[in-house]
Amino acid sequence: MDFVQNFPFFSIMLSMFSGTVCSVLPRKAAKWVNTIVISVVSVLSLILLVYLIGKKESYVYMMGHFPAPWGNEIRAGVLEAGMALFFCVIMLLSMLGGRKKLHDEVVESKHNMYYILVNLLLSSLLALVYTNDLFTAYVFVEINTIAACGLIMIRQNGRTIEAAVRYMIMSLLGSGLLLLGICMLYDLTGHLLMSNIRESVHMIMEDGTYRVPLLVTITLISVGLAIKSALFPFHGWLPDAYGYSTVSSAAILSSLVSKGYIFLLIKIIYRVLGFDVFGMSHIIDVLFAFGLMGMVFGSLNAIEENDIRRMIAFSSVAQIGYIYMGIGMGTQAGMTASVFHILSHAATKSLLFIAAIGLTDVSGGSRHFIDLTGAAYRNKWAGVTFTVGSLSMVGVPMFSGFISKLLFAQAAVQNHVKMLPALIVLAVSTVLNAIYFMKTVIRIYTPAQEDKYESITFKDMKSYVLALVCFIILNVILGISSQPIVDLIEQGLSMFA
Amino acid sequence: MGANLLVNYGEAVAMLLFVIGFTNLLLQKNLIKKIIGLNIMDSAVYLFLAEKGYIEGRTVPIVVNGVQDVEAYINPIPSGLVLTGIVVSVSVTALMLSLTIRLYRRYHTLDLDEISTRLKKEGL
Repeated sequence: MDFVQNFPFFSIMLSMFSGTVCSVLPRKAAKWVNTIVISVVSVLSLILLVYLIGKKESYVYMMGHFPAPWGNEIRAGVLEAGMALFFCVIMLLSMLGGRKKLHDEVVESKHNMYYILVNLLLSSLLALVYTNDLFTAYVFVEINTIAACGLIMIRQNGRTIEAAVRYMIMSLLGSGLLLLGICMLYDLTGHLLMSNIRESVHMIMEDGTYRVPLLVTITLISVGLAIKSALFPFHGWLPDAYGYSTVSSAAILSSLVSKGYIFLLIKIIYRVLGFDVFGMSHIIDVLFAFGLMGMVFGSLNAIEENDIRRMIAFSSVAQIGYIYMGIGMGTQAGMTASVFHILSHAATKSLLFIAAIGLTDVSGGSRHFIDLTGAAYRNKWAGVTFTVGSLSMVGVPMFSGFISKLLFAQAAVQNHVKMLPALIVLAVSTVLNAIYFMKTVIRIYTPAQEDKYESITFKDMKSYVLALVCFIILNVILGISSQPIVDLIEQGLSMFA
Repeated sequence: MGANLLVNYGEAVAMLLFVIGFTNLLLQKNLIKKIIGLNIMDSAVYLFLAEKGYIEGRTVPIVVNGVQDVEAYINPIPSGLVLTGIVVSVSVTALMLSLTIRLYRRYHTLDLDEISTRLKKEGL
């Protein structure tokens, strides 16, 4: 066994234990530990990714001394390593961009808590990405929820506590369904490891027995994870949670936490149920329909919104709809488009949140559109970045959003039944996206009548500007050199099966 | 169908409890009642697991008197899952209760909808 194969385990343990260490360190040290750990984990993931691309196959890593049907396992392939790398990079940039703002938003004595929660969140995300055991996945889903709830409520005002309660309630409903689904799957198959369950599911399908329980199980797991990742009818908690928490939290929550659940769902579809079994159940059509509805209604809500952060949050609902539409198409191309959109949306949405904070900050802290007039002149970098993010969301070539829309359209053409609704809604949603994002861009580039605003923080903007520039570069890389990334995603998905 | 229901009445009860807990968590206005619903829902899953792991006429998987035959014991894995699940649900309940205390100290009510309307009035 190569030494590199230990890296997934190292990453999970490193981020988890550094979280514990952060609680006793002084504030500054905790900040550095947090930054260094995230960087180290990204480097480890990068090395693992390069190693796996060279090796061209995935491997299973035994946790403890018990072999397959009994013990716990980690599994790493190209897609897992790539996701881990991407999650770490986004998290690092979000933390960097929101660092100056953290002093305003969170009481100084609570900063250590913040770093603990971020490290815990990272470790649970990594575990969700790498694990090969369904019950471990459930436990880490719950850890993820608790850490995310902490990230929402660490900024203490009535709004965030209410948002955290609503978030917890929806999440707990989702994880209840997921837990019941996993338990039923265990009863049907007698296994908890993903590969073993898959063999048993194959046998069940060949025998033609237990069709109804299997369908119920698939429904429970899909609906549970859909609730947790805020698919359209379950998005009630989302605008408050993203709109009022600290800016780093909002960026991390919107771009990573919901994506972790979606990645788990994709993993379950491929590794536990099997792509064809999932495709044969009609759950896939339900996900498709709700995805389409989310794309339209999320955008409509965003148009009505007068608050820039809530507007970006509602736009997330629409983008989650895109991802579920891709999963719902039931083709390999649709799935590839969804995974690419996970990357593209994560890069763009965290960029928008970080840029928006720069704009609101130079407008006297107000987030209403009227006060944002001319904000892009007062904070040039944030203005440019917000424009880049908007163009990417609308789907202008050169940026990542264009590629994902292109991939979705190509995938839609392959599926004759779902082609028409998918293409129509894709077009409608693009127009709606353009309406609210361009409205904002025009607003921030309209010169203000009088110079009445003072900036609150951001005297020292170096780290903020660095984060913005990195975000823009990441977005353009995803937009211009998308082909190798798409190839990697296809390779990773084929390793899943 | 009916006969199956009678044989598996434990699982049927667990499903009923799950639905009761789920609806309570979703629809109750009072936060404490929501948390009670959450606990009923989780306990229902544990009942389901325990019911599935139990095998008629066998005993707990602890080796006494040197009996090591697999046929003598029930399936221990569901019990292990229940233990893990209990740990998770206890921590989640504690978090929910602490959030409820925070909200109650601030707004002196447990009604989530009323808190929302008040927040909108405050215009925060």
